[in-house]
Amino acid sequence: MDLNTLWFILVTVLFIGFFFLEGFDYGVGILLPFLSKKDNERRAVINTIGPHWDGNEVWMITAGGAMFASFPHVYATLFSGFYLAFVLMLVALILRGVAFEYRSLRDDAAWRNRWDWAIFTGSLLPALLWGVTVGNLMRGFAIDADMNYWGGLIPLLNPYSILGGLVFVTLFTTHGANFLALKLEGDLAERAKKFSFQAWIAATVLTVLFVIWSFFETDILTKSGINGLIPALLAAVALLLAGFYAKKGADMLAFIMGSLTVVFATIMVFMGLFPRILISSMDAAYSLGIYNAAASPYTLKVMSIVAAIFVPIVLIYQIWTYKVFSKRIKADPKTLVY
Amino acid sequence: MDPIVLARWQFAMTTIFHFFFVPLTLGLSIFVAILETRYVRSGNEMYKKMAKFWGKIFLINFAIGVVTGIVQEFQFGMNWSEYSRFMGDIFGAPLAIEALLAFYMESTFIGIWIFGWDKVSKKMHLAAAWLVAIGSNISALWILIANSFMQHPVGYSVHPETGRAVMTDFWALVSNPNVQLQFPHVLSAGVSLAGFVVMAFSAWHLLRKHEVKFFLASFRMAAIYAMIGSVLVAGIGHLQGQYMVQKQPMKIAVAEAHYNTEDPAALSLFTVGTWDQTKEVFSIRIPALLSFMTYSQPYGEIKGINELQHDFSATYGERNYIPPVALNYWSFRAMVGAGGAMLLLSFLGLLWSKDEKLIEKKKYLQLMMWSAGLPYLAVTTGWILTETGRWPWIVYGLQTIEEAISPNVPAWNILISLIVMTVLYSVLTLVALKLGLKYGTGETEIAHK
Repeated sequence: MDLNTLWFILVTVLFIGFFFLEGFDYGVGILLPFLSKKDNERRAVINTIGPHWDGNEVWMITAGGAMFASFPHVYATLFSGFYLAFVLMLVALILRGVAFEYRSLRDDAAWRNRWDWAIFTGSLLPALLWGVTVGNLMRGFAIDADMNYWGGLIPLLNPYSILGGLVFVTLFTTHGANFLALKLEGDLAERAKKFSFQAWIAATVLTVLFVIWSFFETDILTKSGINGLIPALLAAVALLLAGFYAKKGADMLAFIMGSLTVVFATIMVFMGLFPRILISSMDAAYSLGIYNAAASPYTLKVMSIVAAIFVPIVLIYQIWTYKVFSKRIKADPKTLVY
Repeated sequence: MDPIVLARWQFAMTTIFHFFFVPLTLGLSIFVAILETRYVRSGNEMYKKMAKFWGKIFLINFAIGVVTGIVQEFQFGMNWSEYSRFMGDIFGAPLAIEALLAFYMESTFIGIWIFGWDKVSKKMHLAAAWLVAIGSNISALWILIANSFMQHPVGYSVHPETGRAVMTDFWALVSNPNVQLQFPHVLSAGVSLAGFVVMAFSAWHLLRKHEVKFFLASFRMAAIYAMIGSVLVAGIGHLQGQYMVQKQPMKIAVAEAHYNTEDPAALSLFTVGTWDQTKEVFSIRIPALLSFMTYSQPYGEIKGINELQHDFSATYGERNYIPPVALNYWSFRAMVGAGGAMLLLSFLGLLWSKDEKLIEKKKYLQLMMWSAGLPYLAVTTGWILTETGRWPWIVYGLQTIEEAISPNVPAWNILISLIVMTVLYSVLTLVALKLGLKYGTGETEIAHK
């Protein structure tokens, strides 16, 4: 395996980490206003991800940075091409990040309610926009011979990609509800379980539609050689089991299956793309792939050494923090950290 | 509307706002970690209270630093895609390493620090405080390694077929002589700035005789801290000036409004130029001082703007190579002036904060409440000099700003983004300022909540 393939896999791994971790973070944010109106209960919901959301978000930043380092053309084409979508996403992420930290700094219901809606919007929009982005990646968009996309925002908002966005939103909401069911206690956990099953129904319907449509709209599942069909089947099995366990109220198994759904779905997308990264709908020769979009072999080598040392270290301390905060959270004002 | 102008404004806006919050993160993270170390070592509860109180200010500031940082990373691809293509090989690497080494560390352990007071041992909590401080400062190191390449490219070659810059020596990139000065300069600026912020809030409380013991101790530590930072930032800044004469002579020439080559060169105290900034009209100058500052001897040639413009045109082709003179000249003076005032004020703080007599020095304390503005002025003008003094280059000698812009992003997209971000950043800065003032001037008990 050459370094270009290795880096394609590493970027895939970073996106898996991003969608798995931020997936439930976004889900928790989306559910926040609907799970409870009481301040202590909302605080409990936020505290399930309180110590983790920032570290989780770094997976997205690192995925972006790694893409810049290993496939600079992909970074340049994607971020300049999807300009307005990324502006919107940045605004959402800024509001969300500040909301987590500032919400508790004033003991004022209106202030807190406002930040709660910032958390909701700041979680919903990135989930939706990443879904739309992935839909467009699968479908391809009009990249020219100079690797530039000139089409602007409107062509990116095609029905297929919007459906992709809705799949992301509902899957992440399910994932978030499963996470909450695992991390909360009592009544709140029960409500989370109910939401989990309802969101699961919506996610399943939309995912089935999206996958069927993908057969016609993209070659992700059908192209010869490596394609996304096997991980797609595994994701489907995991999704069905997630619903089964959510219905039974087995919170741990439901969360694991929901997580596997996200993981396999991400693998499906990247295996279906490989060895391309950005598909040009104008001409297959204009597509950006692991060779024509890559950094030099020297840079890839340096980055491989750095990643081999530091990715395991990061994993160890992040997993450790989840252990530190593994206790279920009670909505008891006496024990809640504000 | 010219997309280049808009994209430059956007970069200026997002960077200045971002660096309003970053230096306090750099300096205060270490300050809080020192306080917590003293608590763990001595068991004295006052230090725990101090760590929590100043930690709160740290957190209010940290949040905005983090979220504005995301924009910093993404805007290279959004507004400067040709730069990203040309430089991705070199610039992407330190950015990715910054995320891997620093962002994960600071963002993970800040979670332990905020939520872990009762969950992990005292020592582990202290370790988290230090890891946040180290992570923040390592982050500064890597982004400055990236910036240093833009100031002084090393360890690269230009690929003959693609025309892109290619990394050839990672170690040369990391040990760039530019970053060896720039990183300690930024780090000590952060230390000094944090010291001044702590002194400002402490002065507010001392004037009102709130918790005198607590705030006197805070003021004392901050004065020492600010003094160390101010001495270092000035000393290293002096070395940077000498280095700049060698590597970026045009930047120092515009920063000094030094139009004509001289030996020995005089230092301008006050210069007024023509409206188009191409000639000076009037100046007050100290003979030979610029040569002395540069070469530590009263003679030595310093090239002027006019000769450099001529030289650059011969080397790189005809065009204007002169950065905005007045902006750089006055930014430089504001930075150095603020730095000088900070040296003096922190020295007085060191002298007077030994005991409670400090409370009697009402004028000084009142001055210190406001003097926290000085380091903010210095860091902002410092970056304006560093970045605009490089004009017309985005990467010195290799790529101009015009060549770096995204060709496919229409001006109105950048305008929308510029307006939205400016409004959002301004509102958030006001909110952060209000919250900072609320907690900084509040009762210390609030920090216990």
